[in-house]
Amino acid sequence: MTRMRITDGRPGSTPLPDLDMSTSLAGAELPSPVLTASGCAAAGRELDQFFDVTEIGAVVTKSIMLRPRAGRPTPRMAETPSGMLNSIGLQGPGIDAFLERDLAWLRRRGARAVVSIAGGTVDEYTKLAQRLRHVDGVTAVEVNISCPNVEDRGQVFACDRNAAATVVAAVRRATAPGVPVLAKLSPDVTDIVSIAESVVDAGADGLSMINTLLGMVVDTDTMRPALAGVTGGLSGPAIRPVAVRAVWQVHAALPEVPILGMGGIRTGLDALEFVLAGASAVSVGTVVFHDPAAPLRVAHELQRALGERGFGRFADAVGYAHRPLPPVAEPAAPDHQEAPVEEEA
Amino acid sequence: MAPVQVRGEVLSIRRVGDYHALTLVAPGIAEHARPGHFVALAVGGEDTSMLLRRAFSIYRVQERGVYGGTVEIVFAVHGRGTAWLARCRPHDPVDVVGPLGRPFALPREAVTATLVGGGYGAAPLFSLAEQLRRRDCRVDFVLGAATESRLFGALEAKRMSTQVAITTEDGSLGERGRVTDVLPAMMARSGAEVVYACGPMGMLRAVTEIATAYGAHSQCAVEESMACGVGVCMSCVLPVVGDDGRTRMVRSCVEGPVFNGERVRWDAIGTVPPDTVGAPDDAAGGGHRP
Ligand SMILES: Cc1cc2nc3c(=O)[nH]c(=O)nc-3n(C[C@H](O)[C@H](O)[C@H](O)COP(=O)(O)OP(=O)(O)OC[C@H]3O[C@@H](n4cnc5c(N)ncnc54)[C@H](O)[C@@H]3O)c2cc1C
Ligand SMILES: Cc1cc2nc3c(=O)[nH]c(=O)nc-3n(C[C@H](O)[C@H](O)[C@H](O)COP(=O)(O)O)c2cc1C
Ligand code: FES
Repeated sequence: MTRMRITDGRPGSTPLPDLDMSTSLAGAELPSPVLTASGCAAAGRELDQFFDVTEIGAVVTKSIMLRPRAGRPTPRMAETPSGMLNSIGLQGPGIDAFLERDLAWLRRRGARAVVSIAGGTVDEYTKLAQRLRHVDGVTAVEVNISCPNVEDRGQVFACDRNAAATVVAAVRRATAPGVPVLAKLSPDVTDIVSIAESVVDAGADGLSMINTLLGMVVDTDTMRPALAGVTGGLSGPAIRPVAVRAVWQVHAALPEVPILGMGGIRTGLDALEFVLAGASAVSVGTVVFHDPAAPLRVAHELQRALGERGFGRFADAVGYAHRPLPPVAEPAAPDHQEAPVEEEA
Repeated sequence: MAPVQVRGEVLSIRRVGDYHALTLVAPGIAEHARPGHFVALAVGGEDTSMLLRRAFSIYRVQERGVYGGTVEIVFAVHGRGTAWLARCRPHDPVDVVGPLGRPFALPREAVTATLVGGGYGAAPLFSLAEQLRRRDCRVDFVLGAATESRLFGALEAKRMSTQVAITTEDGSLGERGRVTDVLPAMMARSGAEVVYACGPMGMLRAVTEIATAYGAHSQCAVEESMACGVGVCMSCVLPVVGDDGRTRMVRSCVEGPVFNGERVRWDAIGTVPPDTVGAPDDAAGGGHRP
């Protein structure tokens, strides 16, 4: 099969620098720090046609619910400047079919799986975690808490400290001790650090951030909302600065808590931004729709970018941007021992 | 056959009435393309702000040649992405993913087939006609559009078929009206057993109704808005009845774009019918965010 990859101008034949790219994400040992993002890779099978899914850190699967779910009416998506709006409504086959078909395929293929779960009640999340407890091949559980709580007038779990903590605590209790639980945070909150603290106190081993931002597009031809669901989640490079800010703030407040960073990653340098801001691994989401080979391409570009900056191990770059400015250049980054740039007056 | 992603290059671009015919050098795609397959093109160049690929039916392919495999599409300028494509010039790079989707089902035996195309929807029907004729099928064409400049392939259709009927809504060429005005008579004359159709959803729905009324099988290529084109995003779904009689929201990019017309719930497109597998059983269940 012919596989041509876009390498942002670099010839694909350039050998990758010799660098330890492995990372530990809340106890999950991954050979690469680049993963897919939930809802942007299905369960890996389709993307395996474009790149080898066993080569990336892990496939993060589409959030699965207890029962099959038809999702929202169409139109479900609208393109926006450097991004898109979606209201898929968590269409999926339900946990039984997922375990039988999708997870089984990932396991056979030898790919690592981070399984994303979603529910409308704490009980649903608990049952999902219990179902996952007894199957092999779950590298981590990601809890998508950007769902309305049907027991609380549809208030989104992720937007309330207590609701978020209750779900995460229940999932942590029901999950096998060796399997990390990642809480996926929504950026649509006033203080993301306080939500992060709350879910970490409740037992989250790591944090995935960020989920989409609530947005809306009005179609000026039909003069109606562009999406059947009226509002939708905004993703893609347009949201990247918001995501980097969120990762930065949470890493500053909770430096020991591993973060899976995402939001608009398109290139290795985009991924590096998240890593320097404090992410121990990153997910590539929407950009997969533009370039189906993006996760592996981003991993290679990131490896090159780290090499160019003199890093010998990926792990050394995590949170690097938080270090106080060195009086003289640090040995870890020999390529960048330029004199400090004078600030503009 | 699995799709591939290739960095293609514009070989030629020309105007055809209101449309543009774009030929891309895209090695690895032509060899596996079947009638009804589509390609998904990245638009806007390297640092484009248009992230989503644009889907186009394959008009025709050339497997070999001086340039390696080529793929030709016919498109109308609709919005920014297609406007960008229309400005492409020979040697410009265009990233191509394909061949995608499920192609038209071909009959095992010689049958009588009517091919119905609306506007640029005619594009995938010519390679199909070729395949059908190779199987000794009788092929008739019905082509329609709003006006003459939006008819595609009328001459080519004449060359490849027993009978051709042309309709335009303004009467600028052929009969004034729509394809569905002339389809019943065409089918009656030929005794059509299969109808293949590509065009707007409303046309496909009407064509399916006529085909079903005549006891003919229908194969319709739909056009649903797509974000990924490769089956990972779930944005391109429509309600389709499965072998078990149950309706599911089905991805048109991988399980389509060609569907058995009788299986598509045409009247329910844009909704999730209440009897769909996994449809919300109460108001609260439907309110989830992505
Ligand atoms: C399977 C398939 C085959 C197609 N074949 C052809 C063809 O042969 N010739 C042709 O001219 N057009 C074809 N289309 C429609 C074509 O994809 C759209 O006209 C095109 O995507 C519009 O892009 P734009 O940037 O100009 O418009 P914009 O409105 O700016 O596009 C914005 C977004 O909406 C999506 N979109 C908008 N309109 C459509 C549409 N009608 N169908 C699907 N996605 C849409 C685009 O992909 C993009 O993501 C086909 C569509 C599908 C799904
Ligand atoms: C079409 C689509 C579907 C998504 N579905 C889910 C989902 O099921 N669960 C989830 O936690 N996040 C989902 N997301 C959010 C992404 O996982 C990611 O958090 C977000 O899109 C930001 O990253 P990106 O800009 O790289 O896409 C979805 C995003 C998109 C675009
Ligand atoms: S367009 Fe993404 S699943 Fe069909």
